Amino acid sequence: MNTKKILMAAFGLVLMTGSALADKVVISNWDGYMPKDIADKFKAATGLDLEVAVHATNEEIMGKVTASGGQGFDVLFVSSPFAEALHKLDLLAPIDPAKIPNLKNLYPEAAQLKHDPGNTFSVPYAWGTTGLCYRSDLVKGEPSSWNDLLNPADDLKGKTTMLATDRWLMAPAFLAAGVSVNTVDQAALDKARDQLVATKKTLLAYDDTTFYSKLVSGEASLVEAWDGWCNYGIAEKPEIKYVIPKEGSDLWVDTMVITKAAQNPDGAAKFIDFLLSAENGKWVVENIMYKTPNKAGMDSVDPAMLTQYPNMAIAPADLLKYEQLRDLGDGAKAFAKTVSEIMAAK
Amino acid sequence: MNANRSPWLLMAPGLLWLVALMVVPCLLIFSLTIFERGTYGGIDWHIITAENFRRAFDPLYAVILWDSARIAGLATLIALLIGYPAAYAIAKASPRWQTVLLFLAILPFWTNYLIRTYAWIVLLNPAGLINGLLQWLGLTAGPIPLLYNEFAVVLGLVYNYTPFVILAIYSALQRLDPSYAEASRDLGASAATTFWRITLPLTAAGVAAGAVFVFVLSIGNFLTPDLLGGGKVQMVGNLIYDQFLTARDWPFGATLSSLLIGLMMIILFAQALATRRAYGEGR
Repeated sequence: MNTKKILMAAFGLVLMTGSALADKVVISNWDGYMPKDIADKFKAATGLDLEVAVHATNEEIMGKVTASGGQGFDVLFVSSPFAEALHKLDLLAPIDPAKIPNLKNLYPEAAQLKHDPGNTFSVPYAWGTTGLCYRSDLVKGEPSSWNDLLNPADDLKGKTTMLATDRWLMAPAFLAAGVSVNTVDQAALDKARDQLVATKKTLLAYDDTTFYSKLVSGEASLVEAWDGWCNYGIAEKPEIKYVIPKEGSDLWVDTMVITKAAQNPDGAAKFIDFLLSAENGKWVVENIMYKTPNKAGMDSVDPAMLTQYPNMAIAPADLLKYEQLRDLGDGAKAFAKTVSEIMAAK
Repeated sequence: MNANRSPWLLMAPGLLWLVALMVVPCLLIFSLTIFERGTYGGIDWHIITAENFRRAFDPLYAVILWDSARIAGLATLIALLIGYPAAYAIAKASPRWQTVLLFLAILPFWTNYLIRTYAWIVLLNPAGLINGLLQWLGLTAGPIPLLYNEFAVVLGLVYNYTPFVILAIYSALQRLDPSYAEASRDLGASAATTFWRITLPLTAAGVAAGAVFVFVLSIGNFLTPDLLGGGKVQMVGNLIYDQFLTARDWPFGATLSSLLIGLMMIILFAQALATRRAYGEGR
């Protein structure tokens, strides 16, 4: 009897919080990836409360969501391979275009992304390339190949950094060898490992977060960088330039997804719709210095910005030429072991 | 009746805390080791396997573990060489100075570990204060590589954990009855002999406690290798971190964690035994 009462009380409590949550949308995003006053603006536009949680990395939110089955969040911001994995884990709700009219603001190319053609479970928020960011006053000539980073000239040894996140740590070696950035073929992995173990001896550091400051201070001369982050360096020092090597880049896409466990799926759709406005798209470009698949947003940006940061002007059709990083599925173990081998090498 | 029960009652909060926050989480981690990573991360509960342990004994991971032990061991040795004289000096100071000096030894803990580690980046980088000073003094022609290598990692570990050694050895020295040393001097032993044959053996338990502190905290550390090693120095802590977060292979990460926990338990057990023996002989 007693147990039953407690259970019923607990159940009632869950129901009550459920209804209390109905006019609130809970999201998790990277810090600084939306306007600071987004909650006020969203409330003014829709009457809904917005609760914002912050994650530092894809991996962090992925851990939280897989552990809880997505409970507690309505909208998540994740990069496309993670959106893909969450979808395969059956943790995401389908995107209903009828509830997100602002999808019309996206470039047609935004619906042709290989991880999710037609935007059925993810909506792209920002996209770009990974290439070489360098000090044109410290590097002789113009770097044009991933090999300029992987096998640097003598005067660049100890002056280069590579991204530390596993997929981007491996990508330059794959691109230089002319294989897919998603390969898990053992021979290709071994070849990339040998190259990257040799490269490691020439690196200043692996760095995901401060590589552009190292360029500004002159600690580094040539780094592997996401285009938007290279722009942070360019903003401080005009001698910094960005180039996509001739072997190509990956196309990275940061997306918004709605969890299957969302307490407020309608509010979640409204929130995504709100962020797809021209005004919020423009904010992405002007403040994060990333390109956005939001055409209305890109079109309202001051053209002077595209001149100052040439990589902002890469056309969506050109972006689509590059291969996206995809979830590796069962190949992830072999991939992770290769990364460990590189990290353990001296 | 009451007298028999009271020790258990007094221990209950501590035991509860231990069970809830140590034993249960360790068992949870250990229970993951027999499963497989799901295709898209997470855990596949359908397959029970010993595969993770087989993988963990791949020479690759043994090398990483050995490197971690080597780095942690070096940090421990240096921390002891710095910490013992410091603790000795504090124990010999006037009571008033002892308070001040102990306070100074723990003062760094008032600042966040991460911020203290970043401060070393400011000091050690090629354009940093130390390299600037060395060049200004004409001791080096160009910047020398102080950062993003094993040297920086060991330095960071020693810097962060030496206060533990000082505190552990200081408390052992405090407990040491000064009459032993006096007796030794009265019987004609030199200061050095007294130290080597009386003081050091009788404070061995403090040395062991300090050493275990530094070693155990160092071997599992992943922030210092990441920041001061520039990601180029891999320790077992980084490997486990990567398995849980980057590779999303929780079962394998849990296996590596369990092996590390097992190793630490052996070390702590050995230290407890050594301490018991040291005190047994001391009496």
